[in-house]
Amino acid sequence: MEHYHMNLTLKVWKQKNNNDKGRFETYQVKNISSEMSFLEMFDVLNEQLIAEGKEPVAFDHDCREGICGMCSMHINGRAHGPWHETTTCQLHMRQYKDGDTIVVEPWRANAFPVIKDLVVDRTSFDRIIQAGGYVSVNTGNAVDANALPIEKQKADEAFAAAACIGCGACAAACPNASAMLFVSAKVSHLALLPQGDPERKIRATNMVLQMDKEGFGSCTNIGACEAECPKGISIENIARLNREYLGAAFSGSSNE
Amino acid sequence: MSLTGIFLILFLVVHCYINAQIFWNDGGHKFEEAAHFMGTNFIIRTVEIGLTAFLLLHIIQGLNLWLSNRSKRSVRYTVSAGNQTSAWYRRSMGVLGSLLLIFLVIHTAKFWIPNRASQISGNGELPLYHLMKDEFQYGWVVIVYIIGCITLSWHLVHGFWSSFQTLGLATHRYKYLINGIGIAFAIIVPLVFALMPLAFYFHWID
Ligand code: HEM
Ligand code: SF4
Ligand code: FES
Repeated sequence: MEHYHMNLTLKVWKQKNNNDKGRFETYQVKNISSEMSFLEMFDVLNEQLIAEGKEPVAFDHDCREGICGMCSMHINGRAHGPWHETTTCQLHMRQYKDGDTIVVEPWRANAFPVIKDLVVDRTSFDRIIQAGGYVSVNTGNAVDANALPIEKQKADEAFAAAACIGCGACAAACPNASAMLFVSAKVSHLALLPQGDPERKIRATNMVLQMDKEGFGSCTNIGACEAECPKGISIENIARLNREYLGAAFSGSSNE
Repeated sequence: MSLTGIFLILFLVVHCYINAQIFWNDGGHKFEEAAHFMGTNFIIRTVEIGLTAFLLLHIIQGLNLWLSNRSKRSVRYTVSAGNQTSAWYRRSMGVLGSLLLIFLVIHTAKFWIPNRASQISGNGELPLYHLMKDEFQYGWVVIVYIIGCITLSWHLVHGFWSSFQTLGLATHRYKYLINGIGIAFAIIVPLVFALMPLAFYFHWID
């Protein structure tokens, strides 16, 4: 594809802190290369703002290679922008053309309060993990990988679920602000493997309980989460989580 | 939500089967026979109480879910994804359900309530076939019914699959089967219902 340059209008959410109401600020950026990533375009914007003596836009990022899940941006109505199974850092400016206007908002959900501008607090996800997203039984020393026989299909499904990077795009994209895809991925990758099996019931119960406590909405199977997940986590995992949860409820296995 | 929904789906099967008896075009003989059984049988009347309770429960759960979920995002997106990431009917179950509720009020006021009222006051069952025939001579009644059926169809396209997903049954192996049956159900049942007012209005049966 041809390499080109473009001038863009950005409408970016600015919010001092969680108590501030927030508003859109309009910026012009010039001479943006089609080879840049979306975050590099934001770097250019921030350098420009600093040179002008203005305050830069706060945004989250870390790895810039699609694996850490930090780069939360809602771009023209889409979590991580319009590309399929792509994080913001992997979205490239060749998506846009000269003269485009791009609206950038933070993840919006009460369970993800805004810290500043585009940065949101996702510790609600950490607390869900703390409620049960781990294995605490003694599994001994690391054994030879082949010593534990696991069906190929189960291993593949567990691996696919474990790809979740905890970015929060699912809850950000969900019209109900539900975190079911995230929780289901975390419950699934453990429930499918022998190490996770002993605690599977308590895990499902406690993680769902914590998810509700954090103020996420209830899943009505709309499917926007799956469409926006950068790691292609399937909503089949949500069916599995529901099964795990109902199974735990009926067998009387409860929390704590 | 899912359990009450599945119960209502089962009700639709029975309701649709009984009403479809009008298509024998035998002056409503077979239909009246079935309706008489449904209207007087002790077991059926007991199940009917359960049906009313389940319907109310479904509505309360639905409205509750709708309101609760709306409260989870106090600051809304300025630009939202709309149909790019999900189909409109999957996001509109509350609206579709509320339309169904309006339809159900009209529908029960036309047949079920007068019939039961007549039974309770000791005047026996109403001639339901002739009641239907008379009602469906009015164009606006036919249009209200067709809108009701279209609404039902969209509610079920999502609801059928959704209830199995919620119960954890829409697994890798069964999801296409469930979705397929769901879509077929969501088209066929409302279509058969919609044909009833049309058949009377256009005198395909009499
Ligand atoms: C003809 C009667 C009805 C049938 C057969 C029916 C069926 C269903 C089914 C199967 C579901 C899916 C359950 C799930 O997602 O777990 C559902 C969901 C729902 N229904 Fe109904 N329903 C009916 C009437 C109504 C009415 C009158 C309302 C009034 C508000 C309503 C509101 C809802 C709502 C809000 C949902 C939840 C949305 C969701 O789960 O995605 N329904 N319905
Ligand atoms: S399920 Fe997907 S969208 Fe949700 S947190 Fe995990 S990687 Fe992100
Ligand atoms: S910055 Fe790590 S995934 Fe985007």
